[in-house]
Amino acid sequence: MRNSIENLGHKGLDFFQRLGRGNILFAHILIGIPGLFLRPSLIIQQVFSVGVLSFVIILVSGLFVGMVLGLQGYNTLVKFGAEESLGVVVALSLVRELGPVVTALLFAGRAGSALTAEIGLMKATEQLSAMEMMAVDPIRRVLAPRFLAGFISMPFLAAIFSAVGVNGGYFVGVGLLGVDEGAYWSQMQANVDYEGDIINGVIKSFAFGVVVTWIAVFEGHDAIPTSEGVSRATTRTVVHSALAILALDFILTALMFGES
Amino acid sequence: MMTTRTTELLVGIFIVIGSASLFMLAMQVSNLSTYSGDEGFEVEARFTDASGLKVRSPVVMAGVTLGRVTNISFDEQTFKAVVKMKIENQYSKLPIKTSANIYTAGLLGEKYVGLLPGSVDDQCEDEKLAAELEGRAPDTQGLECGPQYLAQGTTIEFTQGSLVLEKLIAQFVSQMGSSDSKKDEPEEHP
Amino acid sequence: MTEQADILVKVRDLHFSRGSRKIFDGIDLDIQRGKITAIMGPSGTGKTTLLRLIGGQLKPSSGSVHVDGHHIERLRHRPLYQLRKSMGLLFQNGALLTDLNVFDNVAFPLREHTDLSESMIRDLVLMKLHAVGLRGARDMMTTELSGGMARRVALARAIALDPKLLMYDEPFTGQDPISMGVLVRLIRALNDALGLTSIIVSHDIAETSSIADYIYLLSDGKVVGQGTADELNNSSSEWAQQFLQGRDDGPVPFHYPANDYMTDLLSGLAK
Repeated sequence: MRNSIENLGHKGLDFFQRLGRGNILFAHILIGIPGLFLRPSLIIQQVFSVGVLSFVIILVSGLFVGMVLGLQGYNTLVKFGAEESLGVVVALSLVRELGPVVTALLFAGRAGSALTAEIGLMKATEQLSAMEMMAVDPIRRVLAPRFLAGFISMPFLAAIFSAVGVNGGYFVGVGLLGVDEGAYWSQMQANVDYEGDIINGVIKSFAFGVVVTWIAVFEGHDAIPTSEGVSRATTRTVVHSALAILALDFILTALMFGES
Repeated sequence: MMTTRTTELLVGIFIVIGSASLFMLAMQVSNLSTYSGDEGFEVEARFTDASGLKVRSPVVMAGVTLGRVTNISFDEQTFKAVVKMKIENQYSKLPIKTSANIYTAGLLGEKYVGLLPGSVDDQCEDEKLAAELEGRAPDTQGLECGPQYLAQGTTIEFTQGSLVLEKLIAQFVSQMGSSDSKKDEPEEHP
Repeated sequence: MTEQADILVKVRDLHFSRGSRKIFDGIDLDIQRGKITAIMGPSGTGKTTLLRLIGGQLKPSSGSVHVDGHHIERLRHRPLYQLRKSMGLLFQNGALLTDLNVFDNVAFPLREHTDLSESMIRDLVLMKLHAVGLRGARDMMTTELSGGMARRVALARAIALDPKLLMYDEPFTGQDPISMGVLVRLIRALNDALGLTSIIVSHDIAETSSIADYIYLLSDGKVVGQGTADELNNSSSEWAQQFLQGRDDGPVPFHYPANDYMTDLLSGLAK
C-alpha cells in the first residue's frame, strides 16, 4: 500500500519534471525560430520530410473517410427524407472535427514517430552532442526547423484531408446514391460558415500541429540514448500525441462551438 | 538522398495543393462566395413572433438572398421581437412599403425573412394627385419628394411573424368551433 | 610546471558526481600548448566525462576548468559556443551526421560558421579529407564507412575549422592494427603540422604512450600518476605499474567488492 502511494508520488514528480523540461525546450525552440528565416533551405527540407511524405496517407485517408461519411450519412438522412442535406453533414463533420483531428492523429503516427526516432537516434549516436561541440546548437539547427515544419504542414494537410473528403462524399452521395448534385453543394454552401467553421478548423489544425510536433521533438530530445529508450520514446510520442489531440479538441470545440 | 531541387519542387507542389484545398474549402464548401462581409445597410423590422429565426438567417426577396439577419432582440415596450438585418448595398432600390414575413423553407426547414415589394410611396405624387382631384394647387412643402426606398436605419412597417404550427392548429380548431365565422385579419398592424 | 602562458587547459580541484556516484574527487590537470597529453585510466573512471567538462557540455559540481583563459562553466551560451569553434572533439564512434555524406559532414561546420563560397568550401573540405587520406571517399554515405574510416572522417571534420585544441575520445578502441597505426601517425602529424594541442583519452597504453608528450593516470576520481612515458614506467607507484603492465591484481582488485566467498556459497545451501 505504502509502496504504491510512493510509486504514484514518484510518477507524479516525474510527470511534472518532464513537463518542466518540455516547456524549457519549447521556449528554446521558439527562440531559435526567428533565425531560421535566414536559412529557408532548412525549413524546406523539413517541410518535405514532415509534410510531403505524409501527403499520400492523408490523401487516401481523406478520400475514404469522406466516402464512408457519404454512405453513412445518406443511410441515416434518407430515413427522414433529408438526403439533400448530405453535403452539409459531410462538410461540417470534416471541416469542424474529422479533418483536423484525424489528420493530426495520422500525422502523429506518420511524421511524429519518425521525428522522435530520428532525433532520438541522433542523440543515441552522439550526433547532437557532436553538433554542440562543433558550436552548432542542435535545438536551433535540428529541433526548431522540424517544429516549424510541423506547424506549417499541419493546416495544409488538414485542408487537403477535408477537401478530398468532401469530394469523396460527393462521389458516393451524388455519383453512386443519386443525391441531387445542386442540392449537395448548395446546401453545403448555405450551412457551412466561413468564419465559424473553416477558419476555426484551420485554427484547430494549427494548434494540433504545435502540440504534436512539440511532443515528438521533446520525446526525441529527452529519450534515453539507447535503442530501447528511443523505441519507448517513439511509442510515447504516438500515445501522448493522440491523447493530447483529443483532449485539446474537446477544449477547442467547447470554446469555438459551445456558445452557438 | 534526393537533390535539393527535387525537394524544393515537391515542397512547392505540396504548398500549392494545400493552398488550393483551403481555397476550395472557402469558396466551394462554405458561404464565403455569397458573403459580402460588412458591406450593406441595416434595416429593422418588428415581429410579434420571430421564433425559429436566427442570426445569419437569410433575407430573401423573390427567392434571391439579399442579405442576412444580424441581430435579434426583444422590445420590452411593445413585447415584440426586433430583428435587424443587413441588406447588400447593390439592392438600394427596395420600395419603402416593402413588407417582411418570416417563412419556413420546406416543411421543417430553416426560417428566413421573406420580403414582398410594396409601393415606392412618393408623397409628392400623392399630394399632386389629391390637389388635382380637389382642384387646388399642390402643396409639397414639408413632404418628401421622389420615390422612397429602404435605406440605412429604415424600419419596415408591414410585418408578419413566424407561423407556429400549434398556433395555426389552435386557430383552425377555434374557428371550426365558433359559429361566428369572423373574417381573417392580418395578424399584424403597423 | 611551466609558465602560465603555455598552459591551454587548466583544471583545478575538479569535483563531479553523477547521481550519488563520485566521478571526480578533486583533480588538477595542466594541458600544455602544442603538446599531446594523454589521460589514461581504467574504464569507468570518467575520462569521457572529463572531455565533456572541458568542452562545457557538463558543469562541474565544484572546482574550475579554464580553457585559453576562459572560465568554462561561467561562460554564457554565446561566448561558450564561440570558444567551442576553437575546439574539436573526436567522438568514440565518430558521431558523423547520418543523413549527410562524407563531403557534407566535413563541410558541415564550415557551412554553419562561415560565409565561404561553395567552391571555397569544396577546396577546404578536399584539403581536410586529403589530410586524413579519404579524399576518394567523399561521396560515400556515412553508413558505408568502416569504423576506422568513420573516425578519420570525424577527424577531418574536427579540424575543419582549424581548432587550437583537439580532443580524442578513445581513438584506438576497436581498431585493427593497420587503422590503429594510421590513426596514431595521423594524430602526431596533425598535432605538429597544424600546431594543435591534443588531449587523448585512452586505455591503450602502447599506442598512447608512443605519441604522448605527457601522461596523466586517473583512478577512482583522482590523479594517481603523471609524467612522461618513461617517468611513469620507472615510477614506484604500484598502481601505475599495475595499469601499465596490465596485471590482474594489485591496488585495483580483480574482485568487485563482495561478501566472503565461502559464506556466499554456503548461504545458498542453508535455504
